Amino acid sequence: MGYPHTPHPRETQVLSTHFGDPGARTLQGWRDRGGYTALEKALKMDPVEVQNVVKESGLRGRGGAGFPTGVKWSFMKPDGKQHYLACNADESEPGTFKDREIMRWTPHALVEGVALGAHAIYADTAYIYVRGEYTEPVARLEQAVREAFDARILGDDAMGTGRRLYVHVHRGAGAYICGEETALMNSLEGRRGNPRIKPPFPAVAGLFAQPTTINNVETLTAAPHIVNHGAEWYKQFGRPNNPKSTGTKLFSVCGNVARPGNYEVALGFPFGEFLWDVCGGAADGREIKAVIPGGSSVPILTPDECRTAFMDYEGMVAAGSMLGSGGVIVMDDRQDMVVQIARLARFYAHESCAQCSQCREGTAWTTKILERIRDGQGVAQDLDTLLSIADGMTGKTICVLSDSCATPVVSGLKKFRHEFEAKLKASPNVVSMAGASRGGGSMAARLAASLDR
Amino acid sequence: MSWGPSTPTMAPAAAAAGHAHDAPHEPVFAPGSPGRAELDVLLGRYPTKMAALLPALWIVQRARGWVSNHAMVEVAEALDLTPAYVKGVVTFYTMYHQHPVGRHFIQVCTTTPCHVAGAENVVNSFLTHTGCRELGRTSPDGRYTVIEVECLGACGFATPVQVNDRYFENVTPETVPAVLARLDAPDAAGVAPEDSVRV
Repeated sequence: MGYPHTPHPRETQVLSTHFGDPGARTLQGWRDRGGYTALEKALKMDPVEVQNVVKESGLRGRGGAGFPTGVKWSFMKPDGKQHYLACNADESEPGTFKDREIMRWTPHALVEGVALGAHAIYADTAYIYVRGEYTEPVARLEQAVREAFDARILGDDAMGTGRRLYVHVHRGAGAYICGEETALMNSLEGRRGNPRIKPPFPAVAGLFAQPTTINNVETLTAAPHIVNHGAEWYKQFGRPNNPKSTGTKLFSVCGNVARPGNYEVALGFPFGEFLWDVCGGAADGREIKAVIPGGSSVPILTPDECRTAFMDYEGMVAAGSMLGSGGVIVMDDRQDMVVQIARLARFYAHESCAQCSQCREGTAWTTKILERIRDGQGVAQDLDTLLSIADGMTGKTICVLSDSCATPVVSGLKKFRHEFEAKLKASPNVVSMAGASRGGGSMAARLAASLDR
Repeated sequence: MSWGPSTPTMAPAAAAAGHAHDAPHEPVFAPGSPGRAELDVLLGRYPTKMAALLPALWIVQRARGWVSNHAMVEVAEALDLTPAYVKGVVTFYTMYHQHPVGRHFIQVCTTTPCHVAGAENVVNSFLTHTGCRELGRTSPDGRYTVIEVECLGACGFATPVQVNDRYFENVTPETVPAVLARLDAPDAAGVAPEDSVRV
């Protein structure tokens, strides 16, 4: 099945097989579709064996960072400490809506993956942190967890193996930053969702200061398939010359595209064929002007760059962007890039947790400047100021929200500079920034100069 | 710094009714109450009482429609926290209402993917058809509050609109009246309040 469209013949459906099929939501329905066989198998394996098969499969984190899942799991040792698994279901990267579909159509698939992951890291308790807005996914998951407890799949004697496995659903309350793993842990502990300084890394001191693993919804949902079918089966999906990216991945496609929705393809799929053949290209017979291929935090690509790119971790980097979360935002030739990038910056300014000044001030300044350019009040120096602020926002903060705001600004200015320049007002009465932009004075002084004109 | 009314301001109706925070607070976690029972179950899930804070605030908001200062004091007492700490957490998150809001709390997604698909027009249509006229204000009849919200995570179904617990997907300026009519209509059998609706 597919949702909201019927699957395209070139899709490879593993995780999305039952999207749009309400019958898959119940425990019985999930069992009829082969559910919980992987968990049963895994519970009879030593956790190290589960870690190894996932390591061998090449599965990498699907939330955006792409860290090898089996390696992450292998950081967790049987040290007698209380371990936790936290499932990151705070899907909030603009352009990404794949985890919502996994949770609302196949909640048991996630519960099974979470239980399997908890077993693999010697944890007896797992929390699924779902973003507050996702009321339907929360309801489906709570129902699934209840059914799994009642059927003794979870509990003090999980599936009759004597293993203790508890899974709880925890609802957030509206904060993009809680998708950052250490902010998620703070939020789960009942704190403000401020990211934590690393180290210590979660595997050493995470949730409630205990060793913790955090995995994305899609990652944990893929793991049972690997346990069931083996690492070799999973490795068949991918480009033959790129063993670093294996398996299938869900891509959420939105914006000005003919057929928006979730698509599951083997990693390494040609991005050009994906955009124009599978998704139908731009909507309303327009032309594609720009694509953000991995959620709003990654560099923007031009249509030419898309045509030759491959949809895996390495392929997207080679094309000048990142695979990210797989949220593909398409913009057609009617879109004004200044307007859209200003809107994106406003998102980050709204969502900054305000802990680091580079981010708190940088996202706000960036938004102010972009919006005044948008409104025809920008001056030539503004473009240099934007780049200078972006530089101050990159690699200098506790988490990467700040970098995420700078990225589309820098790539937008690089690739669509003419659109910014076309909006600048010709003003002779401007304080010269020539010296400042060569490194004279602090960033604040340069900004003050630009505001003082 | 204000980033515009993406969180509801003090609604005129509430302001006119006096100081909402001065109104007496009926306890949500009184001994023997359903709220207390629900909280006790939650406390069993976490190694610390503090971890039950977000869920406890949800229980309050579900029961009272918003989270008042008095309610924060009650939550603080129930979880051995200080009221100031609780307020610090409440104000970090966007979904806890710190003032009363309309019966139908309408959040229209306007982040980039929806913005490119024309979400601004959907916002304007809601403002017109609800009589709210301005973002963050409650309509004179107390039925509606309309705000813009940052990415609802349903970008492929632009424009998604969340009204209380329900997502309406693929909303256009033209279908806004139908969405509003649906809000007061009873759900069909088997349809839960949180089930998404495609328009």
